[in-house]
Amino acid sequence: MTETLPAIGLTVRLAFVTTIMLFALGTPLAWWLATTRNRVKPFIEAVTALPLVLPPTVIGFYLLVLLNPQSPVGAFWVQITGDTLAFSFSGLVVASLIYSLPFMVQPLQTAFERVGRDHMEAAASLGAGRLDMFVSIVLPLSVRGFVTAGVLTFIHTVGEFGVVLMVGGNIPGRTRTLSIALFDHVETLHYDEAHVLAAGLVGVSFAVLAVVFLINRRYPVHAG
Amino acid sequence: MKGIATVICAWALAVAALAPAAQAEEALVAVASNFAEPANALSEAFTHTTGHSVLISSGSTGRLYAQVVQGAPFDVFMAADAVRPARLEAEGLAIPGSTRTYATGRLALWVHAAGVEPPLRRLTTGHYRRLALANPDLAPYGAAAVQVLNRLDLADEAADRQVFGENIAQTFSFVATGNADLGFVALAQVNRPGRATAGQYDVIPAHWHAPIRQDAVLLLHGADNPAALAWLEFLTSPAAHDILAAYGYEPGA
Repeated sequence: MTETLPAIGLTVRLAFVTTIMLFALGTPLAWWLATTRNRVKPFIEAVTALPLVLPPTVIGFYLLVLLNPQSPVGAFWVQITGDTLAFSFSGLVVASLIYSLPFMVQPLQTAFERVGRDHMEAAASLGAGRLDMFVSIVLPLSVRGFVTAGVLTFIHTVGEFGVVLMVGGNIPGRTRTLSIALFDHVETLHYDEAHVLAAGLVGVSFAVLAVVFLINRRYPVHAG
Repeated sequence: MKGIATVICAWALAVAALAPAAQAEEALVAVASNFAEPANALSEAFTHTTGHSVLISSGSTGRLYAQVVQGAPFDVFMAADAVRPARLEAEGLAIPGSTRTYATGRLALWVHAAGVEPPLRRLTTGHYRRLALANPDLAPYGAAAVQVLNRLDLADEAADRQVFGENIAQTFSFVATGNADLGFVALAQVNRPGRATAGQYDVIPAHWHAPIRQDAVLLLHGADNPAALAWLEFLTSPAAHDILAAYGYEPGA
């Protein structure tokens, strides 16, 4: 158990930081995707969805290549923080941002698209500015989308394995997340500990998802 | 209907009886990742000499062991230690008496970007950012690396700078991509015949750690597979010894 608690703390912290940062990055992107008529939209959508279909090993390998201290990105990072991106918490955050991006953007985009043009045109005709319109019309009508996006991003980051395995370096308390600790327990034949972690993950994930679906059912938000 | 069934049965029996005689056999071999490269070279020579072939599946010794316990269809297990094959024999998952040492591994300390200081000096002077080693709980080369650190009295100093690969192959990739500037790898990974390795490595003296005795064992699944039996024989043949030596392994007992 001495190794389990730091792993839980680290995993929750990683999922939390990733979710907050993806709210900030994903909301404008999803809004743009929901409203634009630009011809490049399908290509941006495809890029956003790539982490869904690519094996984590592809992302992990490219991150190793991109983040190494000899590359421009890696060198810049070492210069400002004095630490390498790979094998660090920051590196895991970068990996998770990419890995969980579609889980944030897609529910938000769907929610924004559902708000519909009618509401916004009505608001515009009453003299609402773009920001005002977003805050007073779009946000309230997209609450469900935000809840779904946030929860999916969080849980998906908790369950991240392949990328962390490749760029993390398995450092206790810093990059050994729950899924890696579980993997180690299985590999070293400590099936008792593995059972505890695995059942815990199943239980928590189920509980969180069930709560989300319950909320969605009790507080339906219909637009239009 | 009965007639058709009889014909199908007879045909299936004929195929089953004739197939082994008519074509060369194939064995599925689980190989510790440090040995994947020489195993490929050995497999070419093996096919050339015997006509049989082997399919190689590589991973950490710990993982492969767990897979065998879970019923993976491997015919031969080539571990990076002597512990796991012995345990499989004791657990009745391997053929008793089939265990043999096929190689003794050597450790190397490797830097990918060569500098003025040789790798071992960088380790002792602490001139590195990250030290990669294989997970000592899973990989014998990782356990040997820890012994070396302890012997040099550097374990404490290295503690918060070390990163762990799940196996020696991943450890190699950490150094190869430059993410770790120093790493304990298998000599065979950096000493590959006909292929220059970037950077610089120091061979760790053999007496700095317990010998990395690598044992192979015939698994239950391969008991009746001629290719598996021939492969085990081949591993300790003079032809195999030459290939092993070229990769920086000492032959087994």
